[in-house]
Amino acid sequence: MTEAATAAGPVDSGPTAGERFINGILPENPIYRQLLGMCPTLAVTGGMQPAMTMTGGVLFVLVCANVIVSLIRGLLKPHLRILVFTLTIATFVTIVDRFLAAYMYQMSKQLGPYVPLIIVNCLIISRCEVCASKQSVRVALADAVGQSIGFGLALASIASVREILGSGTWFGMRVLPAAWPEWVIMVLPPGAFITLGLLMGLVNWYVDRRQPSRR
Amino acid sequence: MRNNYLAQAWLVILLGLCFGGMLAAVESTLSGRIAQNRLDETVDQIPKLVPGATREASTQDEIDGERVFRAENPAGQLGWVISGGGQGFADRIELLVGVDARVREITGVYVLEQKETPGLGNRITEEGFLSQFAGSPAEKELVVVKTGARAANEIDAITGATISSEAVCRIINQTLKRMRGDLVAALDKE
Repeated sequence: MTEAATAAGPVDSGPTAGERFINGILPENPIYRQLLGMCPTLAVTGGMQPAMTMTGGVLFVLVCANVIVSLIRGLLKPHLRILVFTLTIATFVTIVDRFLAAYMYQMSKQLGPYVPLIIVNCLIISRCEVCASKQSVRVALADAVGQSIGFGLALASIASVREILGSGTWFGMRVLPAAWPEWVIMVLPPGAFITLGLLMGLVNWYVDRRQPSRR
Repeated sequence: MRNNYLAQAWLVILLGLCFGGMLAAVESTLSGRIAQNRLDETVDQIPKLVPGATREASTQDEIDGERVFRAENPAGQLGWVISGGGQGFADRIELLVGVDARVREITGVYVLEQKETPGLGNRITEEGFLSQFAGSPAEKELVVVKTGARAANEIDAITGATISSEAVCRIINQTLKRMRGDLVAALDKE
């Protein structure tokens, strides 16, 4: 990748692939540490099934967008780069949307507008900008997978709390006795905000405690 | 400076063409399947909406510009499945209504689409609410009651979701009113 050296500065001056991968999972978790991608975080975490479908969609889009942007990073013009990112992301989101409508029709109906809204998810555009447009395909791929895992874990944690307390089920399977008084508020939008706030506090408390020097 | 704009934008144009081609390929591969999914969702409900009718025998028809389904079994036509929609509490509700051939009785109701409040309004999709409609008269307006349904055209509201319950009844009433004459006429013509 010598052509990138002239256009994008020294090759891979940033973190290595392994660092990018680990960073995405907890230290730079997109939801809990970067607060990016809040729309799906709040909107589709009423149950595990929609949350995991959304994670799959984001994984596919982020991997494809990061790899393509990384491949053409030497050709990007600074003032046109955001346009290229959006064009790339929109293409793959549309593919995900059509795929869901064709093969997972009920899920596609349930997710409604939130699949097309991945296009404007800052999480993906920020990974293109921060990592893929500056680093090699290998690093960009590791970054995409790491960030998607971090995104998926964050969504899973919120969706688990909301689905178990709100519906007494997990992945549609009953886990609490039928006598459980379903906390309907957990499935409703306020439940998303409450759960996100509490879990975010918890994660940040944990991360801070492990790295006291950051304070 | 001669081709300044083109020189800057060639990558965007090239990517636009490539991605456009990709999307066209995806769309042409999947669009048939997506349309089939939409149709299947309705057709799958016919045997439940009009008891005795089979999925295979039933046919699609167009009456007065609206898509209706003739709910049939090999012996003949048993009823109709018609669709209707209207504003619910949160968003539009889309319903399928099954009626007998002469549109005298409702034989079943199914909710195709709704975005009502989870835990309250979205209970309109539950069997306990929808089963009330089977056997209701199709010629008399349905009314929602909160004190226990007695007459055949009375429907028990869902606790905490009166507006959603009323919306379902209103949509059914409007749909039947709009289609009844046309359906009976279509049947008599044969």
